[in-house]
Amino acid sequence: MIEKILVLEVVLPLLAAPVCVLVRHPRFCRLFSLGVVAACFAIAVALLVEVRGGGVISYQLGGWPPPLGIEYRVSTINAYLLALVTAMALVVFSFDSRGGPPRVPEQRRHLYYAVFLLCISGLLGIAITGDAFNIFVFLEISSLSSYILVSLGGHRRAVMSAFYYLVMGTIGGVFFMLGVGLLYQATGTLNLRDIAARLEPSLDDRGTVLALALLVVGISIKLAVFPLHHWLPNAYSFAPPKVSAFLAATATKVSFYLLAMVLFTIFGAPFVFEELRLQAVLLPLSILAMFLASGAAIFQTDLRRLLAYSSVAQIGYMTLGLSTANATGLAGGLVHLFNHAVMKGGLFLVVACLLYRVGSVHIDALAGIGRRMPLTSAALVIGGLSLIGVPGTVGFVSKWYLVSGVLERGWTAAAVLILLSSLLALVYVGKVVEVVYFRKPAETQPIDHVREAPLGMLAPAWVLAAAAVFFGLTTDWTYGVAREAAELLLAGGI
Amino acid sequence: MSSETTILVALLLPVLAAVSCLLLGGGLGRPNLRDIATPLIGACTFAAVWRLARDVLAGGRPELVLFEVLPGVELAFQVEPLGLLYGLVASGLWIVTSIYAVGYMRGHHEHNQTRFFTFFALSIFAALGIAFASNLFTLFLFYEALTLLTFPLVTHHGTDEARRAGRIYLGILLFTSISFLLFAILFTWRLTGTIEFTPGGILGAETSSGMVTVLLLLYAFGAGKAALMPFHRWLPNAMVAPTPVSALLHAVAVVKAGVFAILKIVVYVFGLDLLRGSDASLSLMTIASFTMLMAAVIAIRQDNLKARLAYSTISQLAYIVLGAAMATATGILAGGMQIAMHAAGKITLFFCAGAILVATHKKKVSELDGLGRTMPWTFAAFFLASLSIIGIPPLGGSWAKWYLMVGALETGFAWQAAFLGVLMLSSLLAVFYLMPVVVRGFFAASPSAGPSGSAGGDRKPIAEAPFLCVAPLVLTALLSLALFFVAGDLASLLHF
Amino acid sequence: MNLPEALVSSVGWGLWAYWLLIALMMVGLYIVIARDNLIKKVMGLNIFQAAAILFYVTMAKVEGGTAPIVPAGADHAGGHGGHEIVYSNPLPHVLMLTAIVVGVATTALALALAVRIHGDYGTSEEDEAVVYDMEHG
Repeated sequence: MIEKILVLEVVLPLLAAPVCVLVRHPRFCRLFSLGVVAACFAIAVALLVEVRGGGVISYQLGGWPPPLGIEYRVSTINAYLLALVTAMALVVFSFDSRGGPPRVPEQRRHLYYAVFLLCISGLLGIAITGDAFNIFVFLEISSLSSYILVSLGGHRRAVMSAFYYLVMGTIGGVFFMLGVGLLYQATGTLNLRDIAARLEPSLDDRGTVLALALLVVGISIKLAVFPLHHWLPNAYSFAPPKVSAFLAATATKVSFYLLAMVLFTIFGAPFVFEELRLQAVLLPLSILAMFLASGAAIFQTDLRRLLAYSSVAQIGYMTLGLSTANATGLAGGLVHLFNHAVMKGGLFLVVACLLYRVGSVHIDALAGIGRRMPLTSAALVIGGLSLIGVPGTVGFVSKWYLVSGVLERGWTAAAVLILLSSLLALVYVGKVVEVVYFRKPAETQPIDHVREAPLGMLAPAWVLAAAAVFFGLTTDWTYGVAREAAELLLAGGI
Repeated sequence: MSSETTILVALLLPVLAAVSCLLLGGGLGRPNLRDIATPLIGACTFAAVWRLARDVLAGGRPELVLFEVLPGVELAFQVEPLGLLYGLVASGLWIVTSIYAVGYMRGHHEHNQTRFFTFFALSIFAALGIAFASNLFTLFLFYEALTLLTFPLVTHHGTDEARRAGRIYLGILLFTSISFLLFAILFTWRLTGTIEFTPGGILGAETSSGMVTVLLLLYAFGAGKAALMPFHRWLPNAMVAPTPVSALLHAVAVVKAGVFAILKIVVYVFGLDLLRGSDASLSLMTIASFTMLMAAVIAIRQDNLKARLAYSTISQLAYIVLGAAMATATGILAGGMQIAMHAAGKITLFFCAGAILVATHKKKVSELDGLGRTMPWTFAAFFLASLSIIGIPPLGGSWAKWYLMVGALETGFAWQAAFLGVLMLSSLLAVFYLMPVVVRGFFAASPSAGPSGSAGGDRKPIAEAPFLCVAPLVLTALLSLALFFVAGDLASLLHF
Repeated sequence: MNLPEALVSSVGWGLWAYWLLIALMMVGLYIVIARDNLIKKVMGLNIFQAAAILFYVTMAKVEGGTAPIVPAGADHAGGHGGHEIVYSNPLPHVLMLTAIVVGVATTALALALAVRIHGDYGTSEEDEAVVYDMEHG
């Protein structure tokens, strides 16, 4: 039974998109896409419950067996990703943005929902498929639709950011495709497990090393690993707020899964981390990301840009977990996928609330908002505390395991640096909180008309804020699953 | 009521107080009810903690495990003697302070009183969480919560000065706790695989001496609320807060959370046997002695009364750290006693400073000439409490000083007599920074005979502060006297 | 043996194709980086993608192989009239159909964005757009 519905996870949003295009009724499309996403979420949760504890579900498209046909294969790590993406999509879709993105007129709003659904199906496809080239196709489906979504932001620069994102993303995609080609050349198969079984990576084999390099660089562009992150701050700060929330919570997470899968499943930890010693590059880059991007965040005057730079820094934490290559650290990196999605998604939704009521999220415009919008501001504070990693929030859970993993590896200095870098988060979060609560509003920007955000906006933001606390105190379904996934990856499975 | 439920009740009552504050003060608009509710719930909290004391004195260790947060890390509480003492001090003085705060906040016409009382109650919740924590995670969780919950209290006035102070407050406390305390906790976890507080300690004898020293210093500086130099600057800055905050939080709950954490970590993480006579012990004792003397010298030079008291607090906290660093049974006993004695004494001093502010709007020591004659109760209480801080019998503080001196001679270091000298010198310095206040108040000529008195014809004559301010301070002054006579019970409680 | 011959014999004939398409790829990438005109950037991106597609096609070529179309009358083993037929690998070609579609979609979207940018900024030159942004915020 569960094998049958597995394929629906991707097919549902993929089919729902053309339905939206055909029906053309904005209200229907909104509710319809919400329903589809909810169904996907239900399927993802069912899958996660099913595979928890080491189960695997496999489905062969069209009945063709794996070497020839495409296999959809779900183990703990895939189910974790699916649940993460669909949960975030559900929350973001339930956010009532009152009129959609500014660039889209009412009569074309159905297209916006169609693109959104395509993006989701692309992301879910990457997470679910067991075929290397199929990953490329889904990667491009999700990327193309994200370029469109980004370009819909109200500001003129949104289009420019989308163009830049497109150029970077396409280069990354082509690198990925070349890497897959080299792997195919070396192994004669595109099925991930077959590749992993047949590939005997060695430093003398230039083709394999080149494949690894192309794949890692290609995915790193999509993941916005420092220093390949330049597209991200612009894209996130000019996209429609709902889109920023969605992309920040899901797109980079799926890319991270892809990177982990390539390194651990295809090439295997012994080759990547003992022979090639990739951590010698990955670890310094991660630490640089944590410090430089957080440092850049401190000097931003636009809240969205600040959060975007903070995202780059948080991706540094994830790749740091990757470079430890032990179960604790990798699980720390994986659990940070979910944790960061929850807090950053929540913060971007708060931004959306603020934008709706205040009209700007420039730091000067937010002076004294804490009194006018107490609930929104409280959600902002919770998200901010989680970014710092205060105990009792999800950020602390990630940090706990990342530092433990790094200490297990014997990298004491790196552990100190992780903790120190969270103080930079303290600075940029503190800066915002201080303005929101303590600074008097400027004479030129009266805020007397500002009221609390409507319930349809506030509720989703608060769901994520509450989740940031809830999953900071109970970690069985976050860390527990991430740990299982990490052990699976380290053993070379998916 | 089982002791398990009692712990839960003791923890939740302050939360209830906060909620009722919000409802009565905010939603329903009944500030009078709000101000009655807080002391009442405070009394219930104290009763609940008192109920736990019976079990602990009988040798029991009531426990409450809520749930597992991370694999192997639980949110759990266990009441043991040190925590019980800190819990009693915090909850007991909360009652007095909440009465005092009503008098102060109204007498001083403060705004946002509901927010103030709400966060006040929540801070007590965090303090009790620290007191009863049964592992380092729970301790750290509530430790950070206390920092964040007291932040709105410190910045209560919302002025530029308050914001600046708030920034320093959060900056130093979060910096030390995240980069030192959290790191030390994670390192301990890495070394031992557990972070439970265990009698006899969890760090084995195989831990190298250098590692022990590094860890102890990380813990000591990481508990930034203990205000060891050079991480003490947040404390004088936090004095911009309304006086009841300074009184309860910066003489009792917050600063004591820091030293309490150090005491508890020394006893239950390191174990006295591991530390006694070690390099780690000696280095922390040296740092504590330095802080003790430096802060006392600085205190003498402060003209602002609250700033002077703040530096006095830094100096007195170092006594407790010194006791912990000795890692002897006597040292821990002295440290524990000093928590209680100093709390009673210092809260009185802050109450007096606040009462003077409410009655006369004077903040500086040099302006207090002759006030003792118009505010006799306040200044008499100040005198008694000063004696306790200095350590003169028959006031409570003298016992703590006595045991510290005994403890210093038990450490077995070659220079142990030097610590005796430090303690004596520090007491002498305390005379110099506290007594001038009393002397000016009672014996200096009042300036009101001069031109300033005649200038304001319609000014109200200076009198005692409102009753709700004076009664608590007299009460706490008498408490520091009473503590002298019940020190035996404390000693039997803190028997390690 | 002169130098080109040495190269030919050491890397083999087949690898010349790879050199060629890597050169093509770098030309495309260079255009993307160096040109300010957005349309030219898109064209550079196109060349870059085309090189990658050529890579797959080159890879699929089997020496002496014919088009992978089974002639009428061939048996299941692929033999025909007593001798075995060598086919080129069809799979990469099929994959490239998809890749070409992706490439077309990317180009279409990029051009659409370029049109939008031209409408908003009044220019298709990146450097002029940057100046415009600096002046207008």
